[in-house]
Amino acid sequence: MTKLVKLKVNGAPYEGEAEDRTLLVHFIREQLGLTGTHIGCDTGNCGACTILYEGRSVKSCMMLAVQCEGAELSTVEGLATDGKLHPLQEAFWEKHALQCGYCTPGMLMAGIALLKDNPSPTEQEIRLWLHGNLCRCTGYISIIDAIKLASEKMKASPN
Amino acid sequence: MTPKKFEYIEANTVEDAVSLLVKYKDEAKLLAGGQSLLSLMKLRLAAPQYLIDLNKIDGLSGIKEHPDGGLSIGAMTRHYMIENSDLIQSRYPILCESTSKIGDPHIRNRGTIGGALCHADPSADSPPVVKALEAEFKLQGPNGTRIVKAQDFFEDMFTTTMSSDEIMIEIIIPKLAPRTGQSYIKFSRREGDFAIVAVAIVITLDEQRICTKARIDLSGVDSKPITATKTEEFLIGKELSDAVIDEAASTVPGQVKPGGDVHGSAEYRSAMSEVFTKKALIQAIANVGSLN
Repeated sequence: MTKLVKLKVNGAPYEGEAEDRTLLVHFIREQLGLTGTHIGCDTGNCGACTILYEGRSVKSCMMLAVQCEGAELSTVEGLATDGKLHPLQEAFWEKHALQCGYCTPGMLMAGIALLKDNPSPTEQEIRLWLHGNLCRCTGYISIIDAIKLASEKMKASPN
Repeated sequence: MTPKKFEYIEANTVEDAVSLLVKYKDEAKLLAGGQSLLSLMKLRLAAPQYLIDLNKIDGLSGIKEHPDGGLSIGAMTRHYMIENSDLIQSRYPILCESTSKIGDPHIRNRGTIGGALCHADPSADSPPVVKALEAEFKLQGPNGTRIVKAQDFFEDMFTTTMSSDEIMIEIIIPKLAPRTGQSYIKFSRREGDFAIVAVAIVITLDEQRICTKARIDLSGVDSKPITATKTEEFLIGKELSDAVIDEAASTVPGQVKPGGDVHGSAEYRSAMSEVFTKKALIQAIANVGSLN
């Protein structure tokens, strides 16, 4: 038995069928077709599936799709606008903050959530914030540098 | 990973949720933040037939000041709200400190204090802190509400004194005496892990710096959060010299019954319970008088 779940993702209306037990991340990928959000561990540890739910970062494997009726989500697909990368994406590019790229959507959404609440985070604040997002390639330094750079870019040209 | 099939029901009021619990009894589980429960369900360690979602109930979230100086925290208040509350920081900084050690920021955006307490993980951060602060929990069941002391709430691993038709609705923390110091120290290998050992201390000294009251609660070293009662009794009436602190801490390993796992053997946890009690005592004493 499935239910129709209607919600907004990146400002646009979406709907899809979900079983009561369908995890949000599976719903986003398989029903809504937004495969930018990745599934890493499926256990709430790795952070690859991080999205924003009602403006706050959550791990989308740790919620049910049926809990999102009428909700507003943001996923990595919403970051670039009109073919132009978001300043955080640009910063990831410039600082080589990804290698295999698997953790990147989660890292980006975690970074967006951090900069939203704290536009000028210290290195320590960035490190603490990112401990729910695992990266097995970069060693994190370049990701931390990218978030710092994005913070400067976003302060220089706020939109 | 996908949980076993269940029926999802959204409760609109506490009464609604209680009547569903009365109807479905042990076949139902309450869904608060879900950051522990959904993991258990995905691993099929929990497989409720009915999942009652509390997230749409109004009024279960928020932090309220009591006229007498205490605080009430709604059971569905999310960890990030507690961690970032200036009001809580000004009165019970160990609750902000311990909450900031739970999981990671995304987990704390979703997880709730009531959910964490009712889950009753013996290595969790919140239970020893609410015990040390002598909090009380307001529970609602089919016959109305009742108050249970944090001290009496945790019965065993993942087991509390709540019955299957009750819901925790509020955490009530009393005002602390003047000249009280608090500390919370968690020891884990990695940020966000469950504690190998965690110690929460709330200690009150008189004008002559003699200990008049001590609350020492530990996580990670038994099948439930435990109180080091003998250590508390040892401290009462004493001036807290280095020698007294050493001797007090040395009484802790005899009161704990840790299990061993990959993060630390039973012997190691036991030894660390002394080390971290000593550190936490020193910190709590240093914090006496740091709040108004």
